[in-house]
Amino acid sequence: MSDGQTTFTKERQEVETVVIRFVGDSGDGMQLTGTQFTAASALAGNDIGTLPDFPAEIRAPAGTLAGVSGFQLNFSRSEIFTPGDHPDVLVAMNPAALKSNLEDLPTGGMLILDQEAFNEQNLKKAGYAANPLTDGSLDRYRVFAVDITRLTTLALKDSGLSNKQVLRCKNFFTLGLMAWLYHRPIEPILAFLAERFGKNAALLDANTRAFKAGLFFGETSDLFTMQYEVPPATIAPGTYRNVTGNSALCIGLIAAAERAGLPLFLGSYPITPASDILHDLSGHKEHDVVTFQAEDEIAGVGAALGAAFGGALAVTTTSGPGIDLKSETIGLAVKTELPLIICDIQRGGPSTGLPTKTEQADLLAALYGRHGEAPAVVLAACSPADCFGTAIEAARIAIKYMTPVYLLSDGYLANGAEPWLLPKIDDLPDFRVEFRTDPSGYYPYLRDAETLSRPWVVPGTPGLEHRIGGLESEYLTGNISYAPANHEQMVRLRAKKIAGIAREIPPTKIIGAESGKVLVVGWGSTYGSITAAVRSLHRDGLSVSQVHLRHLNPLPPDLGDVLRRFEHVLVPEMNMGHLSRVLRAEYLIDAIGFNKIQGRPFKVEEIVTRVKKLVEEEA
Amino acid sequence: MSIANLKEPGKLTKKDFESDQEVRWCPGCGDYAILAQVQRVLPDLGIPRENYVFVSGIGCSSRFPYYVNTYGFHTLHGRAPAIATGLKLTRPELSVWIVTGDGDALSIGGNHLIHILRRNLDVNILLFNNRIYGLTKGQYSPTSEPGKVTKSTPDGSVDNPFKPLVLALGAEATFLARTIDVEARHLQDVVRRAHAHRGASFVEILQNCNIFNDGAFNDVTDRDIKAEHQLVLEEGKPMIFGKERDKGIRMNGMRPEVVQLDSTNESEILVHDSKNPVLAYLLGHMTPPEFPTPIGVIYDVDRPVYEEGVQQQMRRAREKRGGNLDGLLKRGDVWTVS
Repeated sequence: MSDGQTTFTKERQEVETVVIRFVGDSGDGMQLTGTQFTAASALAGNDIGTLPDFPAEIRAPAGTLAGVSGFQLNFSRSEIFTPGDHPDVLVAMNPAALKSNLEDLPTGGMLILDQEAFNEQNLKKAGYAANPLTDGSLDRYRVFAVDITRLTTLALKDSGLSNKQVLRCKNFFTLGLMAWLYHRPIEPILAFLAERFGKNAALLDANTRAFKAGLFFGETSDLFTMQYEVPPATIAPGTYRNVTGNSALCIGLIAAAERAGLPLFLGSYPITPASDILHDLSGHKEHDVVTFQAEDEIAGVGAALGAAFGGALAVTTTSGPGIDLKSETIGLAVKTELPLIICDIQRGGPSTGLPTKTEQADLLAALYGRHGEAPAVVLAACSPADCFGTAIEAARIAIKYMTPVYLLSDGYLANGAEPWLLPKIDDLPDFRVEFRTDPSGYYPYLRDAETLSRPWVVPGTPGLEHRIGGLESEYLTGNISYAPANHEQMVRLRAKKIAGIAREIPPTKIIGAESGKVLVVGWGSTYGSITAAVRSLHRDGLSVSQVHLRHLNPLPPDLGDVLRRFEHVLVPEMNMGHLSRVLRAEYLIDAIGFNKIQGRPFKVEEIVTRVKKLVEEEA
Repeated sequence: MSIANLKEPGKLTKKDFESDQEVRWCPGCGDYAILAQVQRVLPDLGIPRENYVFVSGIGCSSRFPYYVNTYGFHTLHGRAPAIATGLKLTRPELSVWIVTGDGDALSIGGNHLIHILRRNLDVNILLFNNRIYGLTKGQYSPTSEPGKVTKSTPDGSVDNPFKPLVLALGAEATFLARTIDVEARHLQDVVRRAHAHRGASFVEILQNCNIFNDGAFNDVTDRDIKAEHQLVLEEGKPMIFGKERDKGIRMNGMRPEVVQLDSTNESEILVHDSKNPVLAYLLGHMTPPEFPTPIGVIYDVDRPVYEEGVQQQMRRAREKRGGNLDGLLKRGDVWTVS
């Protein structure tokens, strides 16, 4: 089988970039199909970007619109930054999946359907009055109606599996067909099957047969006249793996703890889309990781703060609703000046909102969402792989400045994946912690002259017994103090400590001209769309520049100067205008918001169009 | 905080556990007595002073850590168990004490309390129960008696109060005890027993608030009547009380009852067995005026300690998988571009 592909005989056409979207019932295994196609594409040397899109309900009734789960993959021979605006190919396993995704497929797009799934019952569930396969409504697409169900059943007729088990292999038939169509290497998929089903020979055999049946169907059926090929991209040399944002975040936290010489402590409560961090870290106890699934969000951050007091690299992970609940404890971390990382994997709000959809509407909560004067550091990751580096930066700052640090990610980064050039461990910053053990001259709120940070003393250290708490502290001694002047001094000191971190932020990187007409400023997960849009605009000869912020509090010290060098500052955000409001307030500039609040990332073309409009208005 | 303070555990005295902070409870508050007894016990437990940590929430009782010269963390209303959990998981070698009150532990922090008990973290929980909110100046608490008139219940409380020991037993606590602020020797003994227990020790300390709920426990503590109204529990001993030690507790079918002792019923008197959860439940439900108030160690059983389970899993993971960062980076499908 390993040399099977060399025998394929149909004509093969080279293409630059392909976007495929797999959609089906949430029980159809579309996520698995998508991730396996992704792994094969990565090994084929393509640049890739992926985005799963699943419903909040785990198993909504089969065949209904509410139960549709999708996975979009963009793979290319050139550098890409997003999972793609529109699919070129839509693989729909039933009418509901077709109905809820068809509007995204451009005219002429390829549509691959499971013919038998378009039966009366499923059509009714999806709300189709007539069968789209026969009523002409799909005429503007290239439709390939494949008997996926029948062919899978046929391939497995003597497998001994139940009908239900056989039907669960449909996704691997589909994967086989798509692997043939795009000439993907099949070894990694076969290896995956062996690993996944190795302990169950019957299932291993069935899924392998379904996969190969799909592969051979592509080659032998008259339905498909040619194969497509996306040649390898030119990619910087090194070792790569495909990584999701949540996974990169976990590895970043573990690496940071190791560089700090501290145990890693995670206090968390399950919440979408952050739970995978809890799952992933719970499987890495060998790295001196303690994970604590608390009774609620408050206990999750509380335990983390207790662990910080005990000398761990302390982390809590959550999404918006959890951030609301944790804010009191984060205020205590500000007051007691203990290092704490708060990962907010943002999702659509307010309230329960859109649990599985992405949004960036927690920025102002992270910046200002605590009572009293409670400054905290806020960082944001800009791509799945960047969650690694941002986690390390969060840990470094938290420890050096004895402060809580928010790390903002979102559902799009958390579940999206991209190839990650693996860093060399020795290249990672070294910030080994030395706890204070010397009692002479010690006070709990003694200040480092440069950082204004207080000493970290771990309980169990002889001679340094002390008490901390939420009541206002006297400067230096930490004793309770209600003195008016002391309170003002302490409030200003805590603010100054955080503001001072700005001196460590590297000069703002400007993509494009250093000054000019339009600057697009973004933060967080809009990086991919903005970058692709700005590249596209450059190709069109427009002068547009781009700045993307990782540090949101404090902001880069040179940012004001940079912003003022441009006539227009456009701020695309998946919220009602959080960063644009901050830029207006901080720099008194007329930042223009470009806001999308649909639970979906920006399309590249949306940003391109908005920038062009701005330029035309000017002209 | 000076080197002169460094002493061997065996040479510590009460003075070593007094901080330089002025104690600011109201004069006459029961908290003074509790503080003094705890400070008397701490030097005797064979633990270096730096290994003690007192964690508290919010309320009058929660000022406690400021007055004990050990490590201390005055945290948030109700959250001390959560914060103590993170600390103990990070530093299992520390002796962690949680000081809380009836409002802190049973109202705003009720969730954290039941879960720390369920998990059986090896900490000592001292709940000062004065049946009132003192720090916020006199609202009824979750242990206030029905009908109680306070600032927030001018027409009397219609809330049914918690019995703290029954609540803790329901959360499957492994150690339950009750003592009284003014019973110095008894309080010390109970605190020692709580410390000796491996797992979460839950101690209810009946405490008077002479400002907002004066005489909260007069019917238990008054010198003249206490012998009639206290049932002092001793392991393996019959449950006998009264000034003349002439009354006992026996079972009448499934229900306990108070009987006047005579030669015919002495053998029917219940014998205290702190390993018996059913007995613990009955004792937790005994309230005046029908019954004397049981004090002492009510329940004391062994169950695996949470942080030891966590440590064990970590040890096993290290033995099995090592813990190499480079291996973690390269997990899964890796490819090389040259």
